[in-house]
Amino acid sequence: MSALSHLVSIVTLLEGPQTLGRGRRFWSGVILILVAAFAYPLFADGYDVGNNVYFFNWIFMALGLCLIWGYGGSLSFGQTAFFGIAGYAYGVLTINLGDAYGLTLFALIAAGLISAVCAAILGYFLFFGRISGVFLGIVTLSVTLVMERFISQTAGPEWHIGTARLNGFNGMGGMPSLTVPWPGGPIVLLPDVGLYYVTLVLLVFVYLGLRVLVNSRFGNVIVAIRENPERAEMLGYDVRKYQLGTFVIGSSLAGLSGVLYTSWGNYITPASMGMTAASLPIVWVAVGGRSDLTTTLLGTFLVLLVFQALTIYGSQYALVAMGTLLVVTVLLAPNGIVAGVVSLVSKRRVRKRAKSEQVL
Amino acid sequence: MPILETRALNKWFGGLHVTGGVDFVLEPGEMHCLIGPNGAGKSTLFRLILGEHFPTSGEILYENHDITRAKSYERIRRGISVKFQVPGIFKALSVAQNLQIALQHHVVPTALKQEVERLLNFLNLRAAAKQLAGNLSHGQKQWLEIGMAIALKPKLLLLDEPTAGMTPDETFATGEMLQTLNRAGVTVLAVEHDMAFVRQIAQRVTVLHLGKVFAQGTIDEIVANERVAAIYLGESHA
Repeated sequence: MSALSHLVSIVTLLEGPQTLGRGRRFWSGVILILVAAFAYPLFADGYDVGNNVYFFNWIFMALGLCLIWGYGGSLSFGQTAFFGIAGYAYGVLTINLGDAYGLTLFALIAAGLISAVCAAILGYFLFFGRISGVFLGIVTLSVTLVMERFISQTAGPEWHIGTARLNGFNGMGGMPSLTVPWPGGPIVLLPDVGLYYVTLVLLVFVYLGLRVLVNSRFGNVIVAIRENPERAEMLGYDVRKYQLGTFVIGSSLAGLSGVLYTSWGNYITPASMGMTAASLPIVWVAVGGRSDLTTTLLGTFLVLLVFQALTIYGSQYALVAMGTLLVVTVLLAPNGIVAGVVSLVSKRRVRKRAKSEQVL
Repeated sequence: MPILETRALNKWFGGLHVTGGVDFVLEPGEMHCLIGPNGAGKSTLFRLILGEHFPTSGEILYENHDITRAKSYERIRRGISVKFQVPGIFKALSVAQNLQIALQHHVVPTALKQEVERLLNFLNLRAAAKQLAGNLSHGQKQWLEIGMAIALKPKLLLLDEPTAGMTPDETFATGEMLQTLNRAGVTVLAVEHDMAFVRQIAQRVTVLHLGKVFAQGTIDEIVANERVAAIYLGESHA
């Protein structure tokens, strides 16, 4: 098969039975949103732009959880473990190596790989040990809480890797931001317009890449495993390998979130792996609609926006509101609020079309 | 050479001896039914053949290969396929998707659509292709699962009560469907309670009782066997 036909077959997988949105109308909407997103920094101040990068940072983890939970059917409660591992790994690497020669970009990739390897090791024991359902949630939650406890007690000076102090629950700081080597001098990606565009482009690639993945043969199998793992195995698929692959990809995205967050704020704390942090991705993904990438992306962005507004105006009540939102979602729109709205609109459209056909 | 053979197959669940030294031979191209009263060990024997349970002792040979300890998916890849008693389909996916997932393992992408169409026609499910599998009638779900099982192009098809819950017409149609497959060379082993269906499809019947092979023969020989009647209806009828 030629490279061109390969490319065509990949592009056709951007649409498929596993993803909402198809046709000219959907993609025109996507392009409009992208144009607005790319134009946004021209009309906003640097602080607000940097703030949006913060929202984007978390969406990678949400999309990863959507893949593992929504598509694969395995609820991982501990994605923050991989977020933290990658964040700390980025800190340790960049504090030791510095930011010259593109080493922060090397650290980004290395930290992502470290979180992927950790996910592969944990996932191996989980899925090859046939752990599923609520027990998977319990084990993954335990892992992130153990990580949080462990890092929290590393305040002493003996806890260091090279020149990087782990700093216990005060958190690790002082790592450089992502820095791109450039002929006219390195470009430091501070939380401003440059980082905004880099993160946005990365987000678009990850979103489209995941759309292709879930509509591919691999995606068909992971959805089949969610629906009926016994039948999937009896069709000749090694269910454990597919579950492990999904877990590693999803957890690597949590790792990517961790690196981007640490580089964005030059800071990471053990609280990023704690109970509250571990619960929030579940809320974002559940509220948006876990069984679709687009609803997860939109839902996460909107919930983060609301959450930040609540944090500013209502501080401690923001988390209570998040919990309430999760309960309301589970009770009223178990498939997610964004997904619920989409399904309502499409049902109305079908009804309207049926009515107009009757009139004709 | 038999397509499937079990040698002195034993399975204990704790103190319960469910399969008690089963020696069973299935010849290629056969339509064979496995019958027996409740608790006879039919389902356990099926699960042992499928690799969902491993036997406590004994051997399972498939085309002369020892598959006693092989994983389920490895057995499927060798050419065994199964239809469960409760339809094991992907309810939230469309009928066509169900078949596609079954086919994509061994069919090249360019031929996939055509193969899905062929199966939909064979299963009389063409009109329901885009429907969610969970919305099909019970009989249609059973057919869809049979379709998924045969999509793998099996040499040996295992069917656990394939007509459970079907109307008489659906049952008869299923029998015809299986006969067509058998004529194409597929060996069929079915656990079944419906004796009319057994009579329609089976060339040979094995009766299991208390985890052991109790009797074997044609359906007429089995029906005429007073000892078989006794285990179904009680000793006083013997």
